[in-house]
Amino acid sequence: MRIEAHTLARMLSRRRGMELGFKALAVTTLAIALGSLALLLLDAIADGAGRLSWQFLTSFPSRKPEEAGILSALVGTVCLILLTAVFAFPIGVGAAIYLEEYAGKSWFSRVVEVNISNLAGVPSIIYGLLGLELFVRALGFDRSLLSGALTMALLVLPIIIISSREALRTVPRSIREASFALGADRWQTIWHQVLPLALPGILTGSILAFSRAIGEAAPLITIGALTYVAFLPDGLFAPFTALPIQIFNWVSRPQAGFHANAAAAILVLLAVLLLMNALAVFLRQRYQKRLNL
Amino acid sequence: MTATTLHHLTRGRYRERAAHVLLFFCGTLSILTTLGIVAVLLFETLAFFREVPLFDFLTDTQWTPLFADKHFGILPLVAGTALTAGIAVCVATPIGLVSALYLSEYATDRVRHLVKPVLEVLAGVPTVVYGYFALLFITPLLQTVIPSLSGFNALSPGIVIGVMIIPMVSSLSEDAMYAVPQSLREGAYALGSSKLQVAVKVVVPAAFSGIAASLLLGVSRAIGETMILAIAAGQQPRLTLNPTVPIETMTAYIVQVSLGDTPTGTIEYRTIFAVGMMLFLGTLALNLVSQWIKQRFREQVG
Amino acid sequence: MGLRHGTTWALGLSILTAAAPAWSAALIKIDGSSTVYPITEAVAEEFAKAQPKVRVTVGISGTGGGFKKFCNGETDISDASRPIKMSEVQQCDAKKIGYVEVPVAYDGIAVVVNPKNDWVTGMTVRELKKLWEPAAQGKITRWSQLRAGWPNKEIHLFGAGVDSGTYDYFTDAIVGTEHASRGDYTASEDDNVLIQGIATDPLALGFFGVAYYEANKGRLTLVGIDDENSKNGDGPILPTFETVKNGTYQPLARPIFIYVNSKALDRPEVADFVKFYLTEGKPLVREVGYISLPDPVYELAMRRIDTRIVGSVFGGKGSQIGVTLESLLAAESK
Repeated sequence: MRIEAHTLARMLSRRRGMELGFKALAVTTLAIALGSLALLLLDAIADGAGRLSWQFLTSFPSRKPEEAGILSALVGTVCLILLTAVFAFPIGVGAAIYLEEYAGKSWFSRVVEVNISNLAGVPSIIYGLLGLELFVRALGFDRSLLSGALTMALLVLPIIIISSREALRTVPRSIREASFALGADRWQTIWHQVLPLALPGILTGSILAFSRAIGEAAPLITIGALTYVAFLPDGLFAPFTALPIQIFNWVSRPQAGFHANAAAAILVLLAVLLLMNALAVFLRQRYQKRLNL
Repeated sequence: MTATTLHHLTRGRYRERAAHVLLFFCGTLSILTTLGIVAVLLFETLAFFREVPLFDFLTDTQWTPLFADKHFGILPLVAGTALTAGIAVCVATPIGLVSALYLSEYATDRVRHLVKPVLEVLAGVPTVVYGYFALLFITPLLQTVIPSLSGFNALSPGIVIGVMIIPMVSSLSEDAMYAVPQSLREGAYALGSSKLQVAVKVVVPAAFSGIAASLLLGVSRAIGETMILAIAAGQQPRLTLNPTVPIETMTAYIVQVSLGDTPTGTIEYRTIFAVGMMLFLGTLALNLVSQWIKQRFREQVG
Repeated sequence: MGLRHGTTWALGLSILTAAAPAWSAALIKIDGSSTVYPITEAVAEEFAKAQPKVRVTVGISGTGGGFKKFCNGETDISDASRPIKMSEVQQCDAKKIGYVEVPVAYDGIAVVVNPKNDWVTGMTVRELKKLWEPAAQGKITRWSQLRAGWPNKEIHLFGAGVDSGTYDYFTDAIVGTEHASRGDYTASEDDNVLIQGIATDPLALGFFGVAYYEANKGRLTLVGIDDENSKNGDGPILPTFETVKNGTYQPLARPIFIYVNSKALDRPEVADFVKFYLTEGKPLVREVGYISLPDPVYELAMRRIDTRIVGSVFGGKGSQIGVTLESLLAAESK
């Protein structure tokens, strides 16, 4: 079949046009996605930057927007995440160690694996329902810091397990085999050889998991974290509030003054998240350099 | 063998045993969590169905469990959830797929290393922040274009949820496209195809199951979303496909009742578990189908 | 390396123990009506300045929700925008909870629309009943169905949820039967949700305590209510300080209360708080947007607290439309 020169030229230029068109489309869509993020940040900064002050960080909530602050929410968030870490970190890493080092490829470990990836996809509010029935009601912990931390620990456990397993997998087999050859048992090998090498990855994954947990409000609302808490939690069984809940409460109020407060609290929350993510990246880089992995 | 060595060895055996048992329990905790979730939901849902017939629950078109004239039809809440998730998918699919295609087939390594992490940030923003954005920025913005838009509606949170799941759709689809063997592309190039033709006619069909799996996961995420809807969508359960009026989703209903802290044992308390059960089953089904599609895809490309 | 684990544990536990000087810190738990909430919140805030060691938590589960917890012994004080009902009295009796009924303010339930609504100049009780009664569900959906001449556009309704005392009182006063209303509207115990909805929707109509209107004046339009009873004023009456106090804003004017667990009054912090409520709380009532009671009523209320008079002057019959507090309290003191 013979194609005329001008038909071929037309076909080629049409092809070029479509390529260009697609590139333009792609750039536009990426611009929409990234632009939305920029818009969101700019909106929060525009609304809330004016409210950021030492007074805002150290005051309790108030009915007057100008006097309200996030002290109880900020401290509540910090206490909550630390307590969550106390529960979730050892159990999560322990589970990962068990699955990677002890369980092998049995049907049991396969079931647990599938189960964990399903749990990672369960909506967070379902964890709230579990926490409500189990910790708040059945075990009688009531709407306390303890119930909140236990619920959040269950929520982040699958993520910690998955990321810790990945970290354990990066440790070469040769290290384990050398350790066994020298007469160490499995636990000694793990504790003295494998864990130290995998720790940067485990820490990074866990910090990222906790930074996700910090932004969660739905499970905490379900277990009953209150919104008017004008004091700092003084023990495991104290009522508490947290930054996302305070933001939710302020957004729901119609006065513009509270919207500014919500935006300022959002900036504080994003700053905390940024800090945690930066910490994770820093830890990973520092230990990778040290251990040459 | 000296006494000390024997002593160390015996201690080591106990320690090994203890470590094994302890770690075993850590490992099984995840199973216990799943059992816990199922047990809690099942217990309260069964108590719920002792008072409300399953048929009514699934077919009644009104959801007024707290009023004097009680109706327990879940359809209005399901409609609200489906409407917002549908809008979210309409936003995320084109943007996510085009981005994935561009990043996988066209972009240089440098662009990819720059753009991907920034896209991931979209997924890391807390949902209350998105809720704030939806209610106080997007809704007023949309109201200038659609004057009849209510302050609470399905359109605004739907769009924002869509933006939130873009990274999920984009990165999972891109993984699927990446897995397509280079030989397929090279064959097409050899036959004279343009880059666009290769991308659209070869890579996308080959990666189709992976892309479908990513879309299903995106839907599942949109269905399970709570805070954006609790803030911006409203609290009026109604069976409608109109995105400009207040609605209520399954997740927002659970939040609404929880804010009031209903006492145990009442029918209102049980409704949140019945709704939670529907939510759990729905997202579980989507996740399982998505995993099955990915599994089949892996076997196909092999 | 074991240090890492250790550090996490140590940090966590130390934060908790460091901040735990008084596990038995004085804590007053309050829950209930979202109508009364702004006053209680203001009082709690000012009280904290006077007695910083006492912690006060305030929830908004709604009047009904608050009573459920109160009669279960879970809270010390219950905010209520209507008097206690017979079923709740029975619940409290069953758990041997004695309660002191303390009126704190007058409230008018305001009916509001969006400022862009330019056709409503007033509504009659009859029109409101037609709009809100159970039979209206799914049927009365357009403004033109209420009054000829109003536009043929959808009505978007917002109102108190069923756990709200405002809901109980509104249905009793407007529909005639307590707890009877249509169910197809945006119902919330959180009045801020309602304000947000009405202020951003030109076709909206809703009701809540007048204090919330006062706090959001520029974004909402108040609707005068005409009860077609010339004895207390002709035509649509708007709820103001005067009209609520002198009883011309009918039928939507009512007293609001706090109920105090009589055993909790034995604790000095609770007694101080309630007394603070009735003394320093008076200007706060006005500041928040409610109508303070006449001084003699506050004195009668104070006497009830001091002498621990339990029970309700309303006899467990719940809200009574059009009865003044003075007459009831005076009748009791006889």
